Amino acid sequence: MTMLDTPIHLEYTFTPGIAQSRFLRGLAEGRFVGQRCPVCGKVYIPSRGSCPVDGVPTGEDVALPDTGIVTTYCVVNVPFAGQAIEIPYIAAQVLLDGANISFMGLIQEIPATDVRMGMRVQAVWVEPDELGPTLASVKYFKPTGGPDAPYESFEEYL
Amino acid sequence: MSPAPRARRPVAVVSFAQAHNVRREDERNEVEMLMPVVAEVFANIGITKDDVGFICSGSTDYLVGGPFSFVTALDAVGVWPPRPESHVEMDGAWALYEAWVLLQEGEVDAALVYSFGRSSPGNLAEVMALQLDPYTLAPLWPDPVSLAALQARALIDAGKATEADFASVAARNRKAALSNPKAQVAHDRSVEELLGEEYVVAPLRRHALPPITDGAAAVVLAAGDTARRWCERPAWITGIDHRIETHAPGARDLTVSPSIALAAERAGVGDGPVDLAEVHAPFASQEGIVLEALGLAGAGGAGGNGGNGGNGGNGAGLSVNPSGGALAANPMMTAGLTRIGEAATRIWSGDANRAVAHATSGPCLQQNLVCVLDAAWEGA
Repeated sequence: MTMLDTPIHLEYTFTPGIAQSRFLRGLAEGRFVGQRCPVCGKVYIPSRGSCPVDGVPTGEDVALPDTGIVTTYCVVNVPFAGQAIEIPYIAAQVLLDGANISFMGLIQEIPATDVRMGMRVQAVWVEPDELGPTLASVKYFKPTGGPDAPYESFEEYL
Repeated sequence: MSPAPRARRPVAVVSFAQAHNVRREDERNEVEMLMPVVAEVFANIGITKDDVGFICSGSTDYLVGGPFSFVTALDAVGVWPPRPESHVEMDGAWALYEAWVLLQEGEVDAALVYSFGRSSPGNLAEVMALQLDPYTLAPLWPDPVSLAALQARALIDAGKATEADFASVAARNRKAALSNPKAQVAHDRSVEELLGEEYVVAPLRRHALPPITDGAAAVVLAAGDTARRWCERPAWITGIDHRIETHAPGARDLTVSPSIALAAERAGVGDGPVDLAEVHAPFASQEGIVLEALGLAGAGGAGGNGGNGGNGGNGAGLSVNPSGGALAANPMMTAGLTRIGEAATRIWSGDANRAVAHATSGPCLQQNLVCVLDAAWEGA
């Protein structure tokens, strides 16, 4: 039997788009920039440029704080190829205060067994000279110690 | 063969919109490209997304290298509340076919069809090689220009066309494109001047190649009274059919297109006079093959006479690619749908009464769709 390798490799230039570029440039300045839908008023972060409910451009930038809550989370115990962080670690959906959509973030500075849905967290940024147009500008989220948000306040974001 | 199926429920193209075709969209992502196109296709006829009961799109994730980019593209429409939606990894012309089939079933009265193709993020020649047979052909990375050149060489060797014919097709299409505000490449150059260009891949010179394009397009289909309410002179789809040939280019006679001929027969192209054809021939060398298989050869396409001196069908003048065709702009997955939209536009305006639109996919015209549009539903 003869085996023949036929490698396939393609390179692409990624275009994040106008709205997502604003989000990425905000990260390079150590802040979160979302966008508001002019029809339903929901704030998306990051915005892809449109409201997926109304199909209209989200033109208005909204500065968001770097505090929010954990809506749901997962304790990762399984090693996989390319893993950059030591296990166990916590991957959580973080809903920033004032946002209407959550995004994924790491949770640290707390034992995995103590993480809770509704737990209040705050972003820990990399050093100012390490900031860039990437989510890697956020090292992780840490607990603030504030009171947990009631389930009813975030159930629609699960 | 069983008799050709005829459209039973009257379904028409009632709106069309397309993005400005450009070489490179530097700033906008696919959603941001699509949003104004979708907004325009609805605004043209005064409807909203809530007026269509089905949505179907055509695109391929290989172009931008982003998995499920067709799913995120739906954000350009805003599919809430949810409704039936589908996608084909093909040109939007095939998405239109799926929508037409659904409309035939009678459960919905209107559908949105859209497609988008951003070729600029990757190397298009490499991306297109990956649509070929993955075992024997794709590993050789044959680029689409070289494959089209093999086809052009076969035409010349068979005595069916000359390099001057290719230049003539390019000159006519790009001259027509001067009146197309969405065209990417448009100019008025003589055949002699074009024949002075260097070969890219012999026997194809620069002018015989389509541009590389970032673009998007959208169409609204509507049935019966809904179509009449939204459009004064709907472009009724009296026949539509698509056929494919083997995936092995070496096993085909590249100088003819049996798949187009069969689709044309099934769609009823020859059942009446044709006064307009919008054909999707990305390479200038391919237009003659398409027109011949459609039964429209010598009726304006090959003569380089501006598309108004032929004798298609019953002797009426035939206009071929008044938009400039794919030589004016060739957004992948979109240029076929655009042909249907461009043909419909000229039915609405009264410039055409019975038009043929054609879309192609795959190497060397491998897969083809033929759509007959008529100003009169009973007129065919």
